[in-house]
Amino acid sequence: MDVNEIRQDFWVLANSSLAYLDNAASSLKPKPVIDMINHYYRDLGVNIHRGVYRLSYEATDLYEKARQKVADFINCKFEEVVFTRGASSALNLVASSLGMNEIKAGDEIITSELEHHSSMLPWQNVARIKKAKLVYVPLNEEKKITVENFKKVLSDKTKIVALNYVSNAMGYITPIKEIINLAHEKGAIVIVDAAQAVPHQSVDVKALDCDFLAFSGHKMCGPTGIGVLYGKYEFLQSMEPIEFGGDMIDYVGLQEVTYKDAPYKFETGTPLIAGAIGLGGAIDYLLNIGFDFIVKQEEELRTYLLKEMKKLSDITIYNPTTETGIIAFNINGVHPHDAASVFDEDDVAIRAGHHCAQPLMHCLNQIATIRASLYFYNNKADIDKLIKAIKKAKSFFAQFM
Amino acid sequence: MSYGNLETLYRQVIMDHYKNPRNKGLKSGEDYYQVHLKNPTCGDDLTLQIKVKNNYITEVHHDGSGCSISMSAASVMSETIMGLKIEDAKKIIDNYLHMVKGEAYDAEIDMGDAIVYQGVSQFPARFKCATIAWNALDKVLEKHKVPDEK
Ligand SMILES: Cc1ncc(COP(=O)(O)O)c(C=O)c1O
Repeated sequence: MDVNEIRQDFWVLANSSLAYLDNAASSLKPKPVIDMINHYYRDLGVNIHRGVYRLSYEATDLYEKARQKVADFINCKFEEVVFTRGASSALNLVASSLGMNEIKAGDEIITSELEHHSSMLPWQNVARIKKAKLVYVPLNEEKKITVENFKKVLSDKTKIVALNYVSNAMGYITPIKEIINLAHEKGAIVIVDAAQAVPHQSVDVKALDCDFLAFSGHKMCGPTGIGVLYGKYEFLQSMEPIEFGGDMIDYVGLQEVTYKDAPYKFETGTPLIAGAIGLGGAIDYLLNIGFDFIVKQEEELRTYLLKEMKKLSDITIYNPTTETGIIAFNINGVHPHDAASVFDEDDVAIRAGHHCAQPLMHCLNQIATIRASLYFYNNKADIDKLIKAIKKAKSFFAQFM
Repeated sequence: MSYGNLETLYRQVIMDHYKNPRNKGLKSGEDYYQVHLKNPTCGDDLTLQIKVKNNYITEVHHDGSGCSISMSAASVMSETIMGLKIEDAKKIIDNYLHMVKGEAYDAEIDMGDAIVYQGVSQFPARFKCATIAWNALDKVLEKHKVPDEK
């Protein structure tokens, strides 16, 4: 695989000087994915599951084939894949349905300060309303979730464990497999926020044995507005829908209703058909690139970036032991937003902010950090541009010190 | 090294106000109008206090945390509007917002040092930073209008 060839697949990168290093926020979208989306809108454009005419049949077929692609991709059954608007709505679905119906006063819900707001806030809400207790895994010195620390908060009262697989703010990989095993010994249900994992490494939900897992299409070369909730079928079947209306029903009477089986009872209304089809295209695209290549490329670039950054003075790296392509840092004495404007002038796209992880920012004692996040289409030149921009920001603001 | 556009954004005056903010620190007392504004996406956080006597702004205090543009703008704003009539302060708010958005504005209105924020119009991503203090002023002046208050 040649990165420069891969870069030609992306309109945003082809013939541009942009160093796109905000992949944790959203990845860029390659041409084959855009072609699939266009195919639906241009050649089909009709609803699914309803029409008996050929176009509708074709659209339905593509939509459901995308579901099968997701199932094969994460190693689960077809009917265990619920399409949602993204990771956030997938995580909310579990909390709103299972959480609101099963959690009782005094139950304990484990989460962490390393979570994206979308992973912890739905459970904070459940805990508040149901008078359950929200318990945080103590982070270690590096702000990592460890198995040892997880054991300290796991108890017979633990009903839910809601944790990230890869942290969007620090790039750490949670030892999720061991955590799932331990949680299951206590009969707790584990919900994995895999929004930053699925795009970058091969994920097998059966091997993990997680009960639920959520991710978004737009961070893995797919469209925005589509995501996935994986749930073990027996859980999905026993859960109440949270939205009611067209398509999700079996029989409708004046006072009673029966629902379709999962996943359809969670998919009311006309879905994002093109989005699901585009996500299927993204999976094909990623599998063609291959996770071996993706992991290797990100690791090489991360090593190079850290090496170059460590040569610079007046830089604080918050996660020098990051295990993925996410690097969080600040230029000492320069507010991250001021630095970001310098980067923007040099066509370096990074993120400055709290990364939807305010509790972690409190832990780090920072208002915000600068985050560079890599994907397989980045190259050394992108890193060199970033390093040059960091130097420029340093010298520019040094004038005023 | 040439810094191009950056030099139009980060003028010496701006960085000076950032490093040495004027009128920073809040006062206690009942006769202040106060507002607290936040920009949750970037963490800018600003509290503004003013005292008004006979329709004139007689005191301005601010406190908070954020980037150089937002914090300096609060300091510059506090100096610019001190001692002004409320109507005149409002004119400046309006004019300033037009200016940083890159829209037509009235160059005749004396905005003091606030004029140096002209460069923001080329950095639309920083618009919110440059306006948080001025939006706070707008809100605090609205409070002053509320009947039953002095
Ligand atoms: C770890 C993590 N969880 C959840 C989300 C939410 O994803 P979305 O905004 O696509 O719903 C994100 C995206 O920023 C994330 O990085």
